[in-house]
Amino acid sequence: MSTVRVSRVSPAARLVAFVRPRGLTTGRAVATWATLLATTAIALFPMYWLFVNALTPITATPPLTPILWPAWKLDNIIRLLTTSKHYTQWVSNSLVVALGATLWHAVFDTLAGYAFAKRRFPGRDAIFATLVATLMVPIHVTFIPLYLINRELGLIDSLWAVLMPATSNVFGIFLMRQFIQTLPGELEDAARIDGCSELGVVRHVIVPLSQPAIASLAIFTFVRNWNDFLWPLIAVNRPQMFTLTVGVASLQGEFMTDWGIIFAGAAVASLPITAFFLLFQRYFLDGLRLGALK
Amino acid sequence: MQHLRAFLRAHGWSYAFILPSLVTFAAFTFAPMAWSAMISFQKVNLRTGGTWVTPIWANYERAFTAQSHVFVVAIGNTLIYTAFTVTTNIVVGLALASLIQPLHRHVRTFFRAAYYLPAVTSSLIVGMTWAYIYNAQWGFANYLLRLIGLEPVRWLSNPDIALGSIIASTMLTIPATAVVLFSAAMGGIPSEYYEAADLDGASPLQKWLGITLPLIKPTTLYLSVIYTIASFEVFERIYVMVPSGVGNSTQTIVTQIYSAGFKDFDLGVSAAQAMVLFAMIGAVALVQFRVLRSDVEY
Repeated sequence: MSTVRVSRVSPAARLVAFVRPRGLTTGRAVATWATLLATTAIALFPMYWLFVNALTPITATPPLTPILWPAWKLDNIIRLLTTSKHYTQWVSNSLVVALGATLWHAVFDTLAGYAFAKRRFPGRDAIFATLVATLMVPIHVTFIPLYLINRELGLIDSLWAVLMPATSNVFGIFLMRQFIQTLPGELEDAARIDGCSELGVVRHVIVPLSQPAIASLAIFTFVRNWNDFLWPLIAVNRPQMFTLTVGVASLQGEFMTDWGIIFAGAAVASLPITAFFLLFQRYFLDGLRLGALK
Repeated sequence: MQHLRAFLRAHGWSYAFILPSLVTFAAFTFAPMAWSAMISFQKVNLRTGGTWVTPIWANYERAFTAQSHVFVVAIGNTLIYTAFTVTTNIVVGLALASLIQPLHRHVRTFFRAAYYLPAVTSSLIVGMTWAYIYNAQWGFANYLLRLIGLEPVRWLSNPDIALGSIIASTMLTIPATAVVLFSAAMGGIPSEYYEAADLDGASPLQKWLGITLPLIKPTTLYLSVIYTIASFEVFERIYVMVPSGVGNSTQTIVTQIYSAGFKDFDLGVSAAQAMVLFAMIGAVALVQFRVLRSDVEY
């Protein structure tokens, strides 16, 4: 007769182990938790305060005693959407740019990452090293030529001008290479023996196995482009073509006395990204580790 | 011909897979870089094109001397900003990662996520939020001062403290990337090392200094490089917190590149300043890799 060992640890003891892990004295456990909770409060306070102000009706100058608890009213947001002419247009512009860049990088970084990770071809390591070295190039070096080119092509004030330079970013290639290197090679060979074409190997072997990495890559690319500011600021002058970050920055000049609208504009712009993070937190943190150069 | 066909059969797909990426890098990174280097020695007329300046370094000379040397001040401000924020980010990241390390797996995940949450928000919006916190009239910072009976401070309009306020706002933003990466690096250290140290009767501090710190050195190196580059490029935060600049006291390298190029339309000077930034980043990356290069393998 086999015996099954039942854990006899009481819930209370388990809670203690959770709060005060082995190896920590009570004093050190208390100090640890106090530090961690205090720094969490510091980390989250600015965004919390922004949301509190956005959700509390404010039409002129905010009160001298800061609002610390939201009134849960959407007045500011409704006023933002009705009086700021282009806000919804900015949201859709940002979506187009961020989704376009994400689609590009999901497809072509996977192909390139696979080639750099698994295939042998002359010049592979030199080309890869050259691409990674672009991490040292400040993007600001490219702005004046990019501006002149887009001006020549008549693309200033179009989303093409914003989107195109976003396709040259090495992060995703690096991330995909790191991940695909860890995949076993036998499956590729098996697929080839079964008559798979080279593209078929990517489609039926590499892509299914790389889904977590592709998810991380997609999320990082989306966030980076949704948040991008300086190049869109340069590339676009007409308010209806602004991306959301450029538009939100322009609210400060447009509604100088109506702080409610400005709070609402900033809060609504960060809402999708925050929700996105809470949903896909794991992919963010995994992607961060995979994408770090060692 | 035979050779070419054999070469393409062997490697054609490999090059096809990297070609789209190579094209975008050539078009949007390498070509603009080279052209920018040229423009930094040219006078550009938007209609007739560029002509070389004489003397050939004239743009660089003007980049540093124009408007009573504001670019020199901007470089100084950027270096001060970098020194404070990079040091704090590394120290705080290291401390928080060390503190969460002994805790339960779920607790670690919770704190990593909580620290990272504000980091996904655009630095533009984070900067705007700090501008409200620093608002002289109704901001949260002055509210705290009033609570303890102090006079309100003009955080962002007093030229003596504006840069300090901006630096403080960055220092108070938890370095989430550092916490996550340090935490991952610490998790990867084999536990036998600590067990061996326990047998020798090492104290927690001795273990931290003797095992943890040396073994996470590659991560420390990586983080110090990326934080230094990010600080050299600081812009959004300053653009929204002090839109007009407080005199020269809050100018940084990138605010100068931006205003020379896209407000004054002095493209040659702007390109020269961007090349200076490029050189600074290259130099720092080289030095940091030399100094901190890992000699530890595990």
